[in-house]
Amino acid sequence: MKKDKEKEQKQEEQNRILLQGNEACVRGALMAGCRFYAGYPITPATEITEVMARELPKVGGVFIQMEDEIASLGAVIGASLAGAKSMTATSGPGFSLMQEHIGYACMAEVPCVVVDVMRAGPSTGLPTQPSQGDVMQARWGTHGDHSIVVLSPSSVYEFFELTIQAFNLSERYRMPTILLADQIVAHMREGIVLPSKEDIEIEDRPQPTVPPEWHIPYGDPGTGVPPMPAFGEGYRYHVTGLHHDLRGYPTTRKEEVESLMRRLFSKISNDLERLQWFDSFYTEDAVITVIAYGCVARAGMQAVKEARAKGLKVGLLKLKVLWPFMRRTVTTILDSSQKVLVPEMNVGHISREVKRVNQGNCEILTLNKIDGTPITPAEILETLEEVYP
Amino acid sequence: MRETSHLVHKYLRPTMRFPHIWCPGCGIGIFMHALIRIIDRIGYSKDDVVLVSGIGCSGRLPVYVDFNTLHTTHGRALTFATGIKLAKPRLKVITIMGDGDGVSIGGNHLIHAARRNVEIASFIINNQVYGMTGGQCSPTTPYGARTTSSPYGNPEAAFDVSRLVEAAGATFVGRTTVYHTTLLDRLIEKALTKNGFAMVEVIAQCVTYAGRWLGLASPAEMMAWQRDNSVTVEKAKELNETELAGKTIIGVLADRERPTYNEECTKLRTQELKV
Repeated sequence: MKKDKEKEQKQEEQNRILLQGNEACVRGALMAGCRFYAGYPITPATEITEVMARELPKVGGVFIQMEDEIASLGAVIGASLAGAKSMTATSGPGFSLMQEHIGYACMAEVPCVVVDVMRAGPSTGLPTQPSQGDVMQARWGTHGDHSIVVLSPSSVYEFFELTIQAFNLSERYRMPTILLADQIVAHMREGIVLPSKEDIEIEDRPQPTVPPEWHIPYGDPGTGVPPMPAFGEGYRYHVTGLHHDLRGYPTTRKEEVESLMRRLFSKISNDLERLQWFDSFYTEDAVITVIAYGCVARAGMQAVKEARAKGLKVGLLKLKVLWPFMRRTVTTILDSSQKVLVPEMNVGHISREVKRVNQGNCEILTLNKIDGTPITPAEILETLEEVYP
Repeated sequence: MRETSHLVHKYLRPTMRFPHIWCPGCGIGIFMHALIRIIDRIGYSKDDVVLVSGIGCSGRLPVYVDFNTLHTTHGRALTFATGIKLAKPRLKVITIMGDGDGVSIGGNHLIHAARRNVEIASFIINNQVYGMTGGQCSPTTPYGARTTSSPYGNPEAAFDVSRLVEAAGATFVGRTTVYHTTLLDRLIEKALTKNGFAMVEVIAQCVTYAGRWLGLASPAEMMAWQRDNSVTVEKAKELNETELAGKTIIGVLADRERPTYNEECTKLRTQELKV
């Protein structure tokens, strides 16, 4: 037994590799089955484009550098309609340009993954310093009412893992999934052990089980997610960004518009329990809990460890899903802690949500930094000590 | 008539709610008929044809026909088409765009698609006006023309769409009007069968808006105008600049060979990759 364990550990050490966050993202995408990538260079996301250009042809995939970010996401959606798992990556200014097609993918229900490696904005901003300023844009950047899934990694391994999950969710719900990384997580290097493909669960978009003449392209099979045949497989149907009826044809009839909108929202709102992804540390007896995500969660972890060493009962809730906001998970913390501290590298995007779901029992404190430098463990620790009851 | 009836039953969607949205006398219907006619003549399977459009009057074309159809965002049809063709090379990918759609908001995509040479047959239906939004001037509206957004006359010069796309590197470029139906058929067939990026500029009448500023009140008058103001490529060679002023040169403007993007991808797959 002991020998087996040693062998296993040895094997694990051999599998350990040093990867940059952006490289890990590509590894995750390829493992998830991504076979089409369209992108446009922009720091700090460029490495994803570069590594994709190198690796995709080796696995029979297609890489293309498009003329801009609008075109990149357009090509990604086209490839996805033709049946390929597809992705693009960008940073703030490019993410702004992609909003048009994020909305299209929501409306036409086309699975795709969009990585936004956040840098400090607005506009061209600070190339290239970290930020978390795109959290609200990821939620509401494209026009019109819509639901969206946004994931946020805080380590190189999580960037790998959440890229796979982003593909799974986009396939499961037939909608764009946004991976909101930041410059620190994207550019830092960590030694990680990648799982083998057999240990990873891969989801594919639902396929029709009926012949083409019976298939209703935008009908609700009960899950809210209609089966999605690829172009060229005999299921000829119409795809549009206009409001459409069950066949995909444009409509302005209010009953059809309303039922489409309700179904689009139901895909996520009926599945919230499956989207509570977080890590919690020392939260059971915490008087103050830090709620953080992305690179700030790393500083939060360090601050909490140091505070614990000093005898302070503090904990950390690290969010991996930012949208839909994990109301149930956060409410549990709000019920058990006296105070919650939300450090963010923006003026308070997630702290607004925490305040929104707070029932008044918990004091919500914020720590916001918008100067392009990371929030440090010392800054969080200092605040914790200051406000500790 | 019998042929038309065959085409209607085979290619128009029986489940679609007709009538179509185009104004009576619009040139887009003539193009749609020609496109279906040629697709039928070539004999593509309906399952293998993907029709992609942007936004505007022309953007509504795909919904009526029984192919894999995709109505995208304004100006971006070619970007979606690029993704489809690269992900599934066996599909016949066709884009339909308007002049405001394909040349103004989509101008960047147009020149890059021509340069990149993905095998897409693209058609720009040029009616020289933004029809769907109510007759504003487009990048192909003639200088001085009065439109709803140039009430004192268009201060800008018009794009020569075909020359633009030819300069950008398209392997096939043709121009016709919807009046010249034989040429229209011939150019559609050449574009569809071209191994490379092909673009055909189809001059079509917008009776409702463009007709108003041209002072042409009926579709017939506008088509007579197309007839009288067009010169074939062959004939144009014999004419000097003054004689050609204000004329539209129609015919095959470019036809050349270059490796397609798909061929480049295949090349990558078959060779040992070393960075």
